[in-house]
Amino acid sequence: MEIVKNFSKQKITLKKLKDLKLKANKVRQLIIEMLLEAGSGHPGGALGMADIFTAFYFHILKHNPRNPSWNDRDRLVLSNGHICPVQYATMALSGYFPIEELKTLRKINSRLQGHPHRTALPGIETTSGALGEGLSQAIGIALAGNLDKKSHFIYCLTSDGEHEEGNIWEAVLFAAKNKLNNLIQVIDRNYIQIDGNTENIMPLDPLKEKYEAFNWNAIEVDGNDIKDFIEAIEKAKLSSNKPTVIIAKTILCKGVCFMENDYHWHGKPPNKEEAGKALVELKIKEKKLNA
Amino acid sequence: MLNPDLKLNLKLFDLDVEVKPTRAGYGEGLLALGAKNPNVIALCADLTESTYNHLFAKMYPDRFFQVGVAEQNMAAIAAGLGISGKIPFMSSYAVFSPGKNWETIRTTIIYNQSNVKIAGHHAGIMTGPDGSTHQATEDIASIRSWPNIKILVPCDSIEGKKATIKAGEIKGPVYLRFTRDKTPIITTPETPFEIGEIQTFWTTDNPVVTIFAMGYMLYYALFAAKELETEKIKTLVVNVSTIKPFDEKTVFSLAKKTRAFVSVEDHQVMGGLGGTIAEFCAKNIPTVMEFVGLQNTFAESGTPRELIEKYKMGKNHIKAAVKKVMQRKIHLRCSD
Repeated sequence: MEIVKNFSKQKITLKKLKDLKLKANKVRQLIIEMLLEAGSGHPGGALGMADIFTAFYFHILKHNPRNPSWNDRDRLVLSNGHICPVQYATMALSGYFPIEELKTLRKINSRLQGHPHRTALPGIETTSGALGEGLSQAIGIALAGNLDKKSHFIYCLTSDGEHEEGNIWEAVLFAAKNKLNNLIQVIDRNYIQIDGNTENIMPLDPLKEKYEAFNWNAIEVDGNDIKDFIEAIEKAKLSSNKPTVIIAKTILCKGVCFMENDYHWHGKPPNKEEAGKALVELKIKEKKLNA
Repeated sequence: MLNPDLKLNLKLFDLDVEVKPTRAGYGEGLLALGAKNPNVIALCADLTESTYNHLFAKMYPDRFFQVGVAEQNMAAIAAGLGISGKIPFMSSYAVFSPGKNWETIRTTIIYNQSNVKIAGHHAGIMTGPDGSTHQATEDIASIRSWPNIKILVPCDSIEGKKATIKAGEIKGPVYLRFTRDKTPIITTPETPFEIGEIQTFWTTDNPVVTIFAMGYMLYYALFAAKELETEKIKTLVVNVSTIKPFDEKTVFSLAKKTRAFVSVEDHQVMGGLGGTIAEFCAKNIPTVMEFVGLQNTFAESGTPRELIEKYKMGKNHIKAAVKKVMQRKIHLRCSD
């Protein structure tokens, strides 16, 4: 049996936290480099979710990068597939495939499809890109886990914008009815979608209360605070008869000042100059973290 | 005559021929699969009895999931089960699934290569009095261009049971098409059935036309062939129970043999059985064809029999199509 990465039972030390922050910084640098090379793609949610993906792949998930189809692994289902650069970067950094392969993103003959495809890359749990479909698929995976009497968790990452899809709410009803306490949803609540602010396009608040009314446990956290997020996951795992949603308030393009919270960066990659500027900022932050 | 090798129902042309809906075969097949394989799961969107899921639901309540009126959710949940080692069968009326949830199925089941079986019930104008909102007449056209899918249309409830069982035994997405009304039993439990095989149900020496029939319409096609024979018009009638993968080899040999085809289907004439045959023939062996089916229109409420007549899909329309295609074949030869 190969070494399985499962750190979640360990208490987070300051040293560990610093290490995770450094890794999240590295993931952000990789995202900028990938998108510059690809010439298209979505930096907004990818940069904003770098802390959460780092927390998952380097602390929370029970997984084995050298054996991605290990049957007892936790499942991480990405529903809003367009933020996949952050998943690819984190997977590469944790050992699923060589970091150099990130440069093939969105290119011909690549395993790194523009939106993630299950059969293209081992470790991708399901194909996504069409919004609103991931939570239902995560439910199917959770039902199978229960039928097989498995103890792994199914984490489904969704976005606030995709909550405009009716399919999400169909899934929300079903998960509560079936008391899927092995299902933990994380919503990237950055208030931004392609055309602008979510509350202008289709108001979603009060989101926590909506979920509670639908018989879910609901937890709100700062999604860019790794320690808070990990604690929220630990709490969610204790649920006895309800699915849990963690509403993670994140900042679009977090980590790169001139891109932060500007909806134009939802789906536009930086040009060479902008990428250079972003990398300088991230490297300064890296130095500060190391100091 | 009815092909003696296939052990068909010899009482087929009797007035009191046994009738049963093809969907009943789905229920029986699903139940048999459930007993054999604990990984078989059933999902339904609030149509448990009319899709014959109640038999399975009663016997295996832990493996039956009621998703409510939510076809997209049903498809994506099935996708998640299918990539987790389960064999989910999902049911609704074909207009809603694969109609309403078309893209969900495309992305999460077909492209995702999840082992899901999609049962589309109440297909065709045979759905009758419910009207055109509930009569799926373009379901095959809308999914036939998906890679990685198999499409099965059983001709009677016995074949429906066999098709369901076979679907559960093979890996990968399968679409099964069923009808609402009771239709004649054409086959017997002894009739061989294989996915991807076109079978000749009505055989004769020196045939001049091949009639291709899909689903219960095979009954009308066989009746037409029997009556045409009294007029000395010899035809073959073949049962196309698999639309995809298409049995091109058999179509090629039938084209060589008769040089004239008629397709018969309870579906729009575009993109279904006739379209499948025509695409193949245009490329490989140009053949004159007539298309019996719904002619670029929606149908309406009525009894199945009234609708079949009004929309020109019955026995007499098949006979007329055979005569027309014979004339076209002669004209074609003259112009050569």
